[in-house]
Amino acid sequence: MVKLIGILIVILGFSFKIETLFTILVAGIATGLVAGLNFNEILTILGESFVANRGVSLFILTLPVIGVLERYGLKQRAVTLIKSIKNLTTGNLCTIYVLLRQIAGAFSIRIGGHPQFVRPIVNPMAQAAAEATNGKISEHDKEIIKAYSAASENFGNFFGQNLFAGSSGVLLIASTLSEQGYEVSTISVAQAGLIIAVTAFVIIAINNYLFDKKLAAKYTTKK
Amino acid sequence: MTQFISVSLTIFYALMGFLMLFIAYKSFITIDDNKKFGTALFWILMAIPFIAGEYIPKNIIGLLLILSSCLTVSKQVVFAKYEAPSEEFALASSEKLGNKIFLPSLVLAIVALIVATVWAKVPGASYFAIAAAGIVALIAAFALTKAKPIVAVNDSARLLQQMGPSSMLPQLLVALGALFTTAGVGDVISQLISGIIPADSRLMGVIAYCIGMAVFTMIMGNAFAAFAVITAGIGIPFVLSHGGNPAIIGAFALTAGYCGTLMTPMAANFNIVPAALLEMKKQYDVIKYQFPVAITLLIAHIVCMYLFGF
Repeated sequence: MVKLIGILIVILGFSFKIETLFTILVAGIATGLVAGLNFNEILTILGESFVANRGVSLFILTLPVIGVLERYGLKQRAVTLIKSIKNLTTGNLCTIYVLLRQIAGAFSIRIGGHPQFVRPIVNPMAQAAAEATNGKISEHDKEIIKAYSAASENFGNFFGQNLFAGSSGVLLIASTLSEQGYEVSTISVAQAGLIIAVTAFVIIAINNYLFDKKLAAKYTTKK
Repeated sequence: MTQFISVSLTIFYALMGFLMLFIAYKSFITIDDNKKFGTALFWILMAIPFIAGEYIPKNIIGLLLILSSCLTVSKQVVFAKYEAPSEEFALASSEKLGNKIFLPSLVLAIVALIVATVWAKVPGASYFAIAAAGIVALIAAFALTKAKPIVAVNDSARLLQQMGPSSMLPQLLVALGALFTTAGVGDVISQLISGIIPADSRLMGVIAYCIGMAVFTMIMGNAFAAFAVITAGIGIPFVLSHGGNPAIIGAFALTAGYCGTLMTPMAANFNIVPAALLEMKKQYDVIKYQFPVAITLLIAHIVCMYLFGF
């Protein structure tokens, strides 16, 4: 039972926003000590595993190409493309954004982000689409559209990033399992991500479709 | 081939280490106050295991990690100054290059896939593939943009330092998982919940793994940390021990955790900050509208893991 102290430390450390590297090391050391390992053994296990799993940080070697592309206008081009999408309902716009974000994730293209994309582009487009389709809409519905815009960014980000074999999530999964004796390749993890990406997309698309219907029903009856 | 890949990986890790040394150098010359010492030291300490990990006693590496975490917890590690890309330049360049700007990204993903598939049987090949793809894509980016190589060094250092110490989080979490396993944490959890979850029930194991990931992520606000803990405690004893495909089960477990991320104010960057950015009246409204989708997705994860995982 007392061996679970490390888990408790991780939970408390993350909950109270204590610096993460420090939290993890304290949790590891505490767990090792209560399990009867001496300090030197703990250091050795940490060091061995850290060196053996340097592959987890290989995403760093994709940063040079990402950096160069961003300097030469990758994000600006993505903005142009998204702005060229026309004549969509709010729900469909959100769905398309999720899809674009998932595809970008699969190719490790870092478009997206709430400050860079949702506030200046997605939300204004979604609001405009709602008014174009339904006429003037209530303040309350505007708030809901904001929430849908922000959520689209999260959905596309979370359920798209693991499609790239070099993303840190995929590297974490492959290395954690390999460390525990289950040999797993990053490519097979990324392929498994495809099942989730498609499932998530379908669920999100249905949700957005229902939202469109709800808006349409509300504002056509009033007319 | 195995030899070639293992030597290449050693070189790739060393390259990453040299990038960290460059960050240390940049930090030392561009930070104005005393934090330049802590920041530079942090990146030097981090570079050592990448450049010379094989040749240094592992307990020393463990000690270096602890030292560097003392620097981060005492807030000595900050951001250096870089010559940032200008918006006007990027806009002009994006108009000139058009959609071709996306080509190197396609190269990155496709080369990684091809290399990993061709050498699927060779140990470490899927890691090698990512690094090799990163280099081929970089060459493509140079050819396309005519950028100078120093730009790539500067920009990747800037991106890595923006992520900061938490860029090392995944690797450290794997090390934590190793310690948990040696200490027998998984066994303790197994005994604790074996009364509730029958060890021979795949379905119950899958449900516990997915919900455990979501709940722990909600508490901690970080799915990566939850993955290290819950995989050792539930994933391995209650799901993977039944056989099954570890790649699929592991992949679904992490995204089950992301369902938790969608439902928690602890993940402030994703849920609370956007509400503020969009000037929303209620700060929890993003979570409120994500909630039904997140629950549906979590159930979908359980179903998919059970159907596709075995």
